[in-house]
Amino acid sequence: MQPTGSAAEYWKANLRLLAICLTIWFVVSYVFGIMLVDVLNKIHLGGYPLGFWFAQQGSIYTFVILIFVYAKQMDKLDRQHDVHED
Amino acid sequence: MDNLQMWTYAVVGATFALYIGIAIWAKATTTGEFYVAGKGVHPVANGMATAADWMSAASFISMAGIIAFKGYDASVYLMGWTGGYVLLAMLLAPYLRKFGKFTVPEFIGERYYSQTARIVAVICLIVASITYVIGQMKGVGVAFARFLEVEASTGVMVGMVIVFIYAVLGGMKGITYTQIAQYCVLIFAYTVPAVFISFQLTGNPVPQLGLGGTINDGSGMTMLAKLDQVLVDLGFAQYTAQKGTSLNMILLTLSLMIGTAGLPHVIIRFFTVPKVKDARASAGWALVFIAILYTTAPAVGAMAIYNLVKTIQPGQVGQPTANLKIDERPSWFQNWEKTGLLKFEDKNKDGRIQYYNDKNKAFADKADSYGWKGNEMTKVDRDIMVLANPEIAKLPNWVIALVAAGGLAAALSTAAGLLLAISSAISHDLLKGIFRPDISEKDELMAGRLAMVAAIIVAGILGMNPPGFAAQVVALAFGLAASSLFPALMMGIFNKRINNSAAVYGMLAGLLTTLIYIFVYKGWFFIPGSNNLPDNAANWWLGIQPESFGAVGAMINFAVAMVVSRITPPPPDHIQHLVEDIRVPRGAAGATGH
Repeated sequence: MQPTGSAAEYWKANLRLLAICLTIWFVVSYVFGIMLVDVLNKIHLGGYPLGFWFAQQGSIYTFVILIFVYAKQMDKLDRQHDVHED
Repeated sequence: MDNLQMWTYAVVGATFALYIGIAIWAKATTTGEFYVAGKGVHPVANGMATAADWMSAASFISMAGIIAFKGYDASVYLMGWTGGYVLLAMLLAPYLRKFGKFTVPEFIGERYYSQTARIVAVICLIVASITYVIGQMKGVGVAFARFLEVEASTGVMVGMVIVFIYAVLGGMKGITYTQIAQYCVLIFAYTVPAVFISFQLTGNPVPQLGLGGTINDGSGMTMLAKLDQVLVDLGFAQYTAQKGTSLNMILLTLSLMIGTAGLPHVIIRFFTVPKVKDARASAGWALVFIAILYTTAPAVGAMAIYNLVKTIQPGQVGQPTANLKIDERPSWFQNWEKTGLLKFEDKNKDGRIQYYNDKNKAFADKADSYGWKGNEMTKVDRDIMVLANPEIAKLPNWVIALVAAGGLAAALSTAAGLLLAISSAISHDLLKGIFRPDISEKDELMAGRLAMVAAIIVAGILGMNPPGFAAQVVALAFGLAASSLFPALMMGIFNKRINNSAAVYGMLAGLLTTLIYIFVYKGWFFIPGSNNLPDNAANWWLGIQPESFGAVGAMINFAVAMVVSRITPPPPDHIQHLVEDIRVPRGAAGATGH
C-alpha cells in the first residue's frame, strides 16, 4: 500500500493539527506556568496570581479541553479524507 | 476498639468486599480477555479505569503533602502527571490501538522487525514497572499498618494477598470493572474532606474556587496571600514564590510527562477500547477523571499547611503565649507521634511548641530574641498530610475512615495494573513471542498468572525493604519509561526511516545514561553510600537534578536513533507499509496475536 494522495494529505493535515495542539500544550504549561510565571503573577485571577493559577489549575483544564478538541477535529479529518472506521 | 477504628474497619471492609466480588463476577476466560478486557469497554468507563490505574499512592497520599511543603514548586507534579495524557492521546494511543496487538513490546518487536528490540523493550518494561510496584506495595503496607494497627511488613503481606486475589483471578476484565469501583471510592474519599475544609476556611465549598477565594478570618485577605504572609512571618519562603531553578522545573515536568506517556500499564489501557476514535476520546476521559483529583490537590495542600501552622502558632508571632501548649496538643498530633512520622522537641523548655524556619539566618536571629531555641517540629513527614488533614480540620470519623479506604484503593489499583503489564510481558512477549511460540492459550494464561504471582512476591519483599525513598524509586520508574520506551514508540509511528538497529541503540543509550546518572548521585542500585558524587546542586551536571534526567535520556535516545538510522539501511518495504497503515484509522480490527 503506497500512500495515495489522500492518505498523504490526511497525514499532513494531522501533523498540522498536532503542531497547533502541542504548541498550546507547551505554552500553557512551560511558558505560562514556569518561564513567564513572575510576569503573569502581577496579574490576578480572583485570589490567584495568574502564573500560579496556570501552573496549578489552568494548564490542567487546558489539557483536558485540548484532547477533546483534538479528538473532535480528527474525527472530522477522518471523514473528510475517507479513512474513518465503519 | 474506638469509634474511628470501627469506622475504618467498616469502610475498608465494605470497599474490599466490593472489589473482590467484582473480580470474581468478571472472571476472565480467554487470553484476550485476560489482557485487554475483550475490547468491549466504553471510552468513559475505560477513562475511569485508566484514572484509577494511573493515580497511585503517590498521587493520593504523597502529592498534596509535597504541594503543602513546596508550594508553587510542586506544580511540576501537577502539570507533569496530567500533561502526559496530551502526548498519549495525540502521539501514541490511536496508532497503537490501530496496530491492534496486546502489549507494548509486541509493537516494538514488530515495528522494528527484531526480537532483540522486543527483548530490550521487555527489559525496560519490567524494570520500570517493578520499581513502580515496589512503591505501591510499600504504600499499601503503611496504610494497612496505620489503620489495622499491625506491623508494616504484615500490612504488605495482607496487601499481597488482596492484590493476588483480584489481579490473578480477574485479569484485565476483572481489573477494569474493579478499577471503576476503586476510582469512585478514591475520588469520593479525596474530595469530601477537601470540600469540608475549603468551606471551613473560605466559605466556598468548591476547593478549586476556595483556594482562589478570600479567607474568612476577618482579615479580608485572599487565601493565598494570607498563606504567603503566615509562612513569611515564620521565616519560610512565600508559598506562591519559586524556590528551585526554572531549568530543573522544566526538565522534571518534561520527564514526568514523557514518562506518563511511556508507562506500559497506562498504554495497555488504550488497547481495550472498541475503535481508534475511542482511543483518542478515552485519553480525554481519563484526564477528566484525573483532573478532578489533580485540581483539588493544590487546595488540599495549601489548606493543610495553613491549618498545621495555625494549630501550632495560633497567635501573633513572638508573643510568649501565642504558641501551642504541649499539654494541650490535639489527639491527632499524639496519634501521629506514635507512628514516628511526627516529632517535636521542647528545645527552649517553655512548655510550648514553635515551628519556624531556623535555617533562615535573619529570622533565626529574630526568633532568638523571642527566646526560641530552634525549630521544635523536628519531624513532619510529608506523607502524613493527606491522611492527617481531616483530623487536623476536626472532621467526623467516617470521613477519616473514608480517606484510608481511598488511599488503599489508589495503591491497590495501580499495583494490579502494573502487575498485569509485567505478566503479559513475560508470558506473551518472552514465552509465546520468542521462546515457545507453540504454547497453547491455556498454558499462556497459566504462565501469565504464575508471572504475576512471582512479581507480587518480588515486589512485596522489596516493598518491605524498599531500596530507597519512595520518591527516588518513582523518579527512577518515570525516568526509565521516559528515556527508553516513549521515544521508540513515538519514532515507530512518526518516522518511517527509523530501523531496527536505530531503535535498539536508541533505547539502550537512553536507558543506560539515565540509569547511570541516577546511580552516580543516588547510589548504585540505591545502596546507601555507593554514590560516586554527593547529591547536591554543586555536583549535578549543568545543575540538572537526577529526578529530572529522564527528559535528557529521552533526548539522547532520539538523537542516537536518528544518527544510527542515517548510517544504516532503511527498514524493508513491508515495515514502511505497516507504518503507513497504522497512521489511518480505517481497517482497525480486534486485537490479534494468535
